[in-house]
Amino acid sequence: MTGSSAFATKQGLFDGLARRLVLLFAVVTASLSLAGCGVNNIPTYEQSAKAKWSEVLSQYKRRADLVPNLVETVKGYAAQEKDVLTSVVEARAKATQAQIQLPPDATTNPEAMKRFQDAQNSFSGALRQLLSVVENYPELKSGQNFLALQSQLEGTENRIAIARRDYIEAVRVYNTEIATFPGRLWKSFLYPTAQPMATFDIAPSEMQTPKVDFGGKK
Amino acid sequence: MTAPGPDRSTRSAASRPRVRPAFRAAGPVAETSLAHLLALVMVVAAALMSASAARAQPKFPALTGRIVDEAGLLTLSDRNAIIEDLKLLEQKSSDQIVVFTAKSLQGYPIEDFGYQLGRAWGIGQKGVNNGIVLIVAPNERKVRIEVGRGLEPVMTDLLSKLIIENTILPAFRRNDYAGGIKAGVHDIRDILLGDADAVRERAQAGKKRSAADDSNVALYFLIFFICVAIFMVWMQQRQMAHPGVASRRRGGGYVTIPSSSGSSGWGSSSGSWGSSSSDSGGGFSGGGGDFGGGGSSGSW
Repeated sequence: MTGSSAFATKQGLFDGLARRLVLLFAVVTASLSLAGCGVNNIPTYEQSAKAKWSEVLSQYKRRADLVPNLVETVKGYAAQEKDVLTSVVEARAKATQAQIQLPPDATTNPEAMKRFQDAQNSFSGALRQLLSVVENYPELKSGQNFLALQSQLEGTENRIAIARRDYIEAVRVYNTEIATFPGRLWKSFLYPTAQPMATFDIAPSEMQTPKVDFGGKK
Repeated sequence: MTAPGPDRSTRSAASRPRVRPAFRAAGPVAETSLAHLLALVMVVAAALMSASAARAQPKFPALTGRIVDEAGLLTLSDRNAIIEDLKLLEQKSSDQIVVFTAKSLQGYPIEDFGYQLGRAWGIGQKGVNNGIVLIVAPNERKVRIEVGRGLEPVMTDLLSKLIIENTILPAFRRNDYAGGIKAGVHDIRDILLGDADAVRERAQAGKKRSAADDSNVALYFLIFFICVAIFMVWMQQRQMAHPGVASRRRGGGYVTIPSSSGSSGWGSSSGSWGSSSSDSGGGFSGGGGDFGGGGSSGSW
């Protein structure tokens, strides 16, 4: 009699444990199959786009960090190009300011995005002007110091272009996900705060390559 | 089984007459919702089309080896010498260098072409991103050293610029393409092997990465099988505890449980399968490295 009751409680204990395990099994299966229907897509794509955005910001920052050295080097050979040098320094200050003042929700705020982009674009323009002026100073151009800065600047511009393209692509994927069918449902059920993210257009000034003036009219 | 039957039929019988007239009566409402649907479909279609437009990228040849000589600049002996060097390099540091001579850049700037090629081929180990592609486009007279993200601190933009300007371009200007490529690859390799500690670190990271990927898959399978096994044990326990119920439902069938040693054997076998694929004999494939625009270009 006592033995059988002990067996029964043991059995009950085991049953409870097993039920918990079955529950765990069900949760694991359910979460796996839900993940298959893309319930996680919206946050995943959002995080990816945000990571791409911080890559864009860090590349812009890197460019801004390079410029003081560049300006100093050019000054050593071409101090008379004061206008160009000042405009670069000013544009850099503005671009840096715009980056510092960038609100944390910039990715979903097209206006803030546009202001930031405008500042960065005018900085790009000033830099291009500086580099085209440098063409007039062969000694400066052939110096090792300038070669180093130039290669870094080229590399950074290239990285900025790629980071921007990657960001645009990530945002496209994310915006498509929240606008199209299964993602739309998940958004309304689970992620009502998900907002479409803002991208930027490629500025027309960036479409054309810098003109190199061999006439030396300046 | 019989209980839900009538319930369902009564519900559908009750709802059917209710829905139909409402649908017919609300003609304009239905129309607007149809218009909404149509608009949605068009938006989706537009999104899909823009998706395919955004994906416009150059067409890349297949990665047939460490050297893809589309423009035919290298002789067989040149190729063998370079490939031997690059194989040794990968064994030492897990870094992958690939040489690509392009017939055409398909109208793209070489910087655009380069990073997309590197990504498409996945040169370098996944997660370590230690790949370099040397791209030579004789028809456009352009050359580029495209550096994977992980090697950017080692193979800086300046170093790649210096290799291009001082080693590769002088040879190319003499029309000695093979010599320029060989010397360039040699210089790149020397720089990658320059810091012994960094080389060791990359080699370890490259190996750890591929091993971790394999064991993760094995682990998931193991967890899955353990769950299945527990479930089966539980079913069997229930059967033993309530033999009457179980036998009526299942006809007293005996559920076989895969032994735990069997499932762990499965896991370890999948692990060995993964590791054998990563060092597959003579063939060469990219490890899945990423590129972010590091490196430098030149023209002659």
